[in-house]
Amino acid sequence: MLIVERDVRLGGILNQCIHNGFGLHTFKEELTGPEYAARYISQVEELGVPYRLSTIVTDLQLADDGHTKTVTTMDEQGGLTIYEADAVILAMGCRERARGALNIPGERPAGIYTAGTAQYFVNLEGRMPGREVVILGSGDIGLIMARRMTLEGAHVKLVAELQPYSGGLKRNIVQCLDDYGIPLMLSHTVVKIHGDKRLTGVTIAEVDDKLNPIPGSEQYYECDTLLLSCGLLPENELSGQLGVNLSPVTSGAVVNESLETSIPGVFSCGNVLHVHDLVDYVSEEAGAAGAHAAAYIQAGAGSGSGPEEAKVRVVTDGGVRYSVPSILRPDHMSDLTTIRFRVGAVYKDVDVVTYADGRELSRLHKRIMAPGEMEQLILKKADLISQGVPAEYHITIESKN
Amino acid sequence: MEHKELICINCPMGCMLSVDIDDSGEMTVTGNNCPRGDVYARKELTDPTRIVTSIVNVTNGELPVVSVKTKEDIPKDKIDEIIKELKGVTVEAPVLIGETVLKDAAGTGVDVIATKNIRRI
Amino acid sequence: MLKKQVVIIGAGVTGTCIARELSRRQLDVLVVERASDVCEGTSKANSGIAHSGYDAKPGTLKARFNIEGSRLMPELAKELGFPYRNNGSLVLCFDESDMDALNDLLERGRTNGVEGLKILSGDEVRAMEPNVSDEVAAALYAPTGGVVDPFLLTVAMAENAAVNGVEFSFDTEVTGIKRSDKGYLLDCEQHASIRNGLDKDGAIQIYADIVINAAGVYADRFHNMVSDDKIHITPRKGEYCLLDKKVGGYVSATLFQLPTAKGKGVLVTPTVHGNLMVGPTATDVEDHDKTDTTAEGLNTVIVTGARSVKALPSKGNIITSFAGLRAHEDGGDFIIEEVSDAPGFIDAAGIESPGLTAAPAIGRYVAGIVDGICHPGMKDDFTATRKAIPCIALADTEERQRLIAEDPLYAKVICRCELVTEGEIVEAIHRPVGAVTLDGVKRRVRAGMGRCQAGFCTPKQVNILARELGVDIAQITKKGGDSGLLTGYPKDTDGIAPKGGVSHE
Repeated sequence: MLIVERDVRLGGILNQCIHNGFGLHTFKEELTGPEYAARYISQVEELGVPYRLSTIVTDLQLADDGHTKTVTTMDEQGGLTIYEADAVILAMGCRERARGALNIPGERPAGIYTAGTAQYFVNLEGRMPGREVVILGSGDIGLIMARRMTLEGAHVKLVAELQPYSGGLKRNIVQCLDDYGIPLMLSHTVVKIHGDKRLTGVTIAEVDDKLNPIPGSEQYYECDTLLLSCGLLPENELSGQLGVNLSPVTSGAVVNESLETSIPGVFSCGNVLHVHDLVDYVSEEAGAAGAHAAAYIQAGAGSGSGPEEAKVRVVTDGGVRYSVPSILRPDHMSDLTTIRFRVGAVYKDVDVVTYADGRELSRLHKRIMAPGEMEQLILKKADLISQGVPAEYHITIESKN
Repeated sequence: MEHKELICINCPMGCMLSVDIDDSGEMTVTGNNCPRGDVYARKELTDPTRIVTSIVNVTNGELPVVSVKTKEDIPKDKIDEIIKELKGVTVEAPVLIGETVLKDAAGTGVDVIATKNIRRI
Repeated sequence: MLKKQVVIIGAGVTGTCIARELSRRQLDVLVVERASDVCEGTSKANSGIAHSGYDAKPGTLKARFNIEGSRLMPELAKELGFPYRNNGSLVLCFDESDMDALNDLLERGRTNGVEGLKILSGDEVRAMEPNVSDEVAAALYAPTGGVVDPFLLTVAMAENAAVNGVEFSFDTEVTGIKRSDKGYLLDCEQHASIRNGLDKDGAIQIYADIVINAAGVYADRFHNMVSDDKIHITPRKGEYCLLDKKVGGYVSATLFQLPTAKGKGVLVTPTVHGNLMVGPTATDVEDHDKTDTTAEGLNTVIVTGARSVKALPSKGNIITSFAGLRAHEDGGDFIIEEVSDAPGFIDAAGIESPGLTAAPAIGRYVAGIVDGICHPGMKDDFTATRKAIPCIALADTEERQRLIAEDPLYAKVICRCELVTEGEIVEAIHRPVGAVTLDGVKRRVRAGMGRCQAGFCTPKQVNILARELGVDIAQITKKGGDSGLLTGYPKDTDGIAPKGGVSHE
């Protein structure tokens, strides 16, 4: 076993997420990101799990035998190294959507950062990336950075959100914006960036229901910094190279109940699988992926499921955008399977209903569901196959009336 | 009779809490899905508290700063004062998680502790 | 006062190509540039095309230097180590009724001396380029068309010029030019920068026997300081969208659209690095500096570009957009000559498309003008070649191993989207006329040029630049001047900023 990490320390992005709120579910206490990461890092150390830091995987291929995975890494100490593995767990996380991807018109001055870059400068370098700040996007990192920048002496003028709802957790809206009187402007976006060398201001406009800027609603805000918190994208370039099937909805791998991708012995978990909002679920999912990978190897790698094995497709609609997993193999399912999903809009007073080939399996009332908050339900294998293996497991939203 | 609305922050549910405060100050909380919402609303309206997280300077460390937090909740109106006190704090590497970097921050009786291990270089 | 035999104003592709040609000669040459780096004006934001030369009107300087430049490009790319690829170009004709115009273009190209031109039917085009639109009725095929890296072409010229003794003065803006003695006196403002080692702004006078005006959109300003025969340049803005390498193979040739009454059209092309690029628009603007993109412009780019192909894969694949200014002179042609009423003052003005392709030929021609004025001897120790900065992303395993063995920093990946290592960045910084800014690093080694647009590697790059240049990270800028990335330390204001504070200017 080997962990390959591109950063100089274990723990990934958690090391720069110095705010509290991590681990409530797992440890029943509120940890900061580095503290949460440290709990698992010490487990890695205690168990003697080998790892390599500052090492990047440059190439990930399936060998000619059809099941060995060759992993090429590069690092300053070891140069180029090629590993052969029976199983690979993809846990590369995600990246932030940058200005280019948002295609915001205007000039190209300094002072435009993704929220994560600003977070790195403030929390790891102890430097301020700006003083007068506008934040575009109310994702959690954006909200957290609104508070961080304010506490460290910057003036956060506003957070603009394209959607009519925030993509961040309620707790963050309350504690990061409301506490400091930072306005959240829903249905607003940046339509123009001004400044030749350093940012001098942004033009913000209101958008209509189709998210198009409303002419005449433009307002100019002077600022030297624009932080972008406009969504996260799973970093699946390596997965794509390997030939893993990716979901167009999540940009993550299509996985079965064992978090195994379309390539046997390749597993995926965490934000590279689908973007999470709670780290506890990331850890839980990662633990599951590890267990499944171990089981795969113990069962004799390459001996995996035959094509004749029964598979249940997980179908989502009625506002449910996707589910992870999206394939269930009853023969490999444990008694309880966690199904995670997100909805595409804000829903109030609705039921999350599941069916096996039209037969209702569960109905769970929800007072509110929002795209920014991942939902989960626990599927009992016994329920799913009580009347034989269905072709489809269906998750949908039904309103009361 | 006074009416306040706030969002419960205890979990991702984010329940919309409605609080009616009668003339004697007695509160009635509705909209919560669990008892924590009730507790939160009462506390938030009478004695709001927060954990404060920030950074302080480190000398001889692998990083120039270390992340810190108040060991427990502190009154919300003390946040500014605590940040000001942290401005003058510098610690020497190595730093270990849990190490106190500032005692009795802003007279709250709560210490500020390190939340990251920083190796000495 | 500084005295030089030759001063070149402008370190764009034109100025650096001229500098490199002059560096063959026994001359004391200085390039003055108001930006902090080479390639900061028109040269940095264009289509990156090595045009084959069918477009320019026969007999013009544009036609002449385009053809010459196009022929020079493949050898020059090898000699100076910059990326160039001969991918061919197609001019698409969407309507049978426009066939006359297409044939005119063919004739014009043949007159200009472009080799291998031919008209292809719509089906022939689609056999060659399967993603070309079904609407396309015919096309002019120019097999000598290519794509080139405009940044590295400029950087390579500058580096090679510097190796051969040309000096560069960056952050130096010429504010006035006067006739003086046999030459010219240039008043310059110098801005404090890492590059010139100044810690505060100042002024300097430079005397030059010969002044070469390669100032892009500002060339008219300098020309008009010394000549009564005025010229006038209009900045013509062009907006572009750059798409992810994932879709870079969507087309292999550069697809132009036949100019019609409805408009000039935009091109869809692979870049030399394998991205897909769409653009440009053409809007005359007043401001000589402002290269802002607009919602309408970017929309026009995508909508117009989409016409050339079956399904332009723009959705979700745009990684950045940008705009550049072409220096359009009223006369419509390049102006490359010693100014008649200003002896020793040489214009290289109005260098708009196909300026990038023509620049190496312009360099040679201008050097010839200088020869005619002062007859310098040739150097016998001229170094003609420049080695490219190693590129790990393109290197095979063996080459990677060799580079890593030489310097382990070539194994330390900084930009993961483009697989750029610290070794490459350090090399880019320490080259002659090396990178001092984030943009400078980006243009030399592509760090931050990928799909995350430097989201992850900005802090790392800032630290490498600061370390290698021996300055604090706060001094590192995106593109020189006041484009600093950092604004001080946390908590160095008085407490938390006031609540609220939405301003409505």
